[in-house]
Amino acid sequence: MKPEDFDFVAKLLKERSGLVLSKDKSYLLESRLMPVARRRGMKGLDELVAAVRRMDAALVKDVTEAMTTNESFFFRDGKPFDQFREQVIPGLLQSRKDKRAIRIWCAACSSGQEPYSLAIILKEMEAKLAGWRIDIIATDLSTEILEKAKAGLYSQFEVQRGMPIQLLVKYFQKKDEMWQIDPRLRAMVQFRPLNLLTDIRSPLGTFDVVYCRNVLIYFDQDTKGRVLADIAKLLTPDGCLFLGGAETVLGISDKFKPIVGQRGMYQLTSATPAKV
Amino acid sequence: MNTCLIVDDSKVIRMVARKILQELGFNTAEAEDGAKALEYCKGALPEAVLLDWNMPVMNGIEFLIELRKLPGGDKPVVVFCTTENDIQHIQQAIAAGASEYIMKPFDGEIIQAKFEQVGLLVAKE
Repeated sequence: MKPEDFDFVAKLLKERSGLVLSKDKSYLLESRLMPVARRRGMKGLDELVAAVRRMDAALVKDVTEAMTTNESFFFRDGKPFDQFREQVIPGLLQSRKDKRAIRIWCAACSSGQEPYSLAIILKEMEAKLAGWRIDIIATDLSTEILEKAKAGLYSQFEVQRGMPIQLLVKYFQKKDEMWQIDPRLRAMVQFRPLNLLTDIRSPLGTFDVVYCRNVLIYFDQDTKGRVLADIAKLLTPDGCLFLGGAETVLGISDKFKPIVGQRGMYQLTSATPAKV
Repeated sequence: MNTCLIVDDSKVIRMVARKILQELGFNTAEAEDGAKALEYCKGALPEAVLLDWNMPVMNGIEFLIELRKLPGGDKPVVVFCTTENDIQHIQQAIAAGASEYIMKPFDGEIIQAKFEQVGLLVAKE
């Protein structure tokens, strides 16, 4: 790809999605955009970029989605899900016992593995949660990936990454060569398109738990701070935020502070000592 | 160092698995069918067994049932690794005492993730 084309697409992606694409990532641009060009019967990336320059709105959307769709797997990194099961939910069972309602937001849910992993944990604890209302709202920029998430259909390769075999047998049905998650679990998650840069103030309500993992790494400092400030407004005063292993709030936002002893978990700076 | 016994009638699969497991820090031993694997286990029980299903002489599920009857035979963590990928086979394996189940084709990442799940490896922070 020509350097001026790369710069143009990189700038566009930054504006649309916050994605920061450094020069060494041009291979990523090419490998992700070639399928988009092929689907439209274009000869190659030159033709694709030319159409993007004409601001073909549908194409710009496809390009943004292709570049921001990230791989995901069930129970990714393990620990954030152990913390959810062992710290967060027991804490909320106490602090929300009058309201008996818990709201959870997965802020960049990709193909749905993260919200479904949480749904499985909640399903496994359902005896303790009888009579509780639990909302899991899962959002992503890409409407295409949300369709996949809603369908809950995963390849053999995808279900083997992180899903314990006992849970696979319990909560999935085999459909030809794919595995589909149980309709009861699909019904527990509401999927919605959302752009973290522009739509975050749309009426999502407030949340007790927010998962926003491996998203901020793609943003520059200012954007990270802005997204964190927006998330802070949607969090209940004693709520908690999960970030990815390579992410932090330190030096980026004064709205959050790390929860001592709970790696990857953050609470509002204004919060009294965490309940977890 | 923990030992993993690799049981598969394919020499190529054993070689691939050996390379992956050695990189994950295991000693490895190999057997080409269930009967040879059982002989090995009567001599020394490994910490882990990576087990194919369809093999000549004695298949994987027959081996697993016999292994569990040996003194101390409840100890080894058994992970199936097979092309059989339907729910019935998986349930049969779990009922016979398998801890995890890998559907071929597999790669290093899948073996690592499954071995972490059953506690044979410590997950990286």
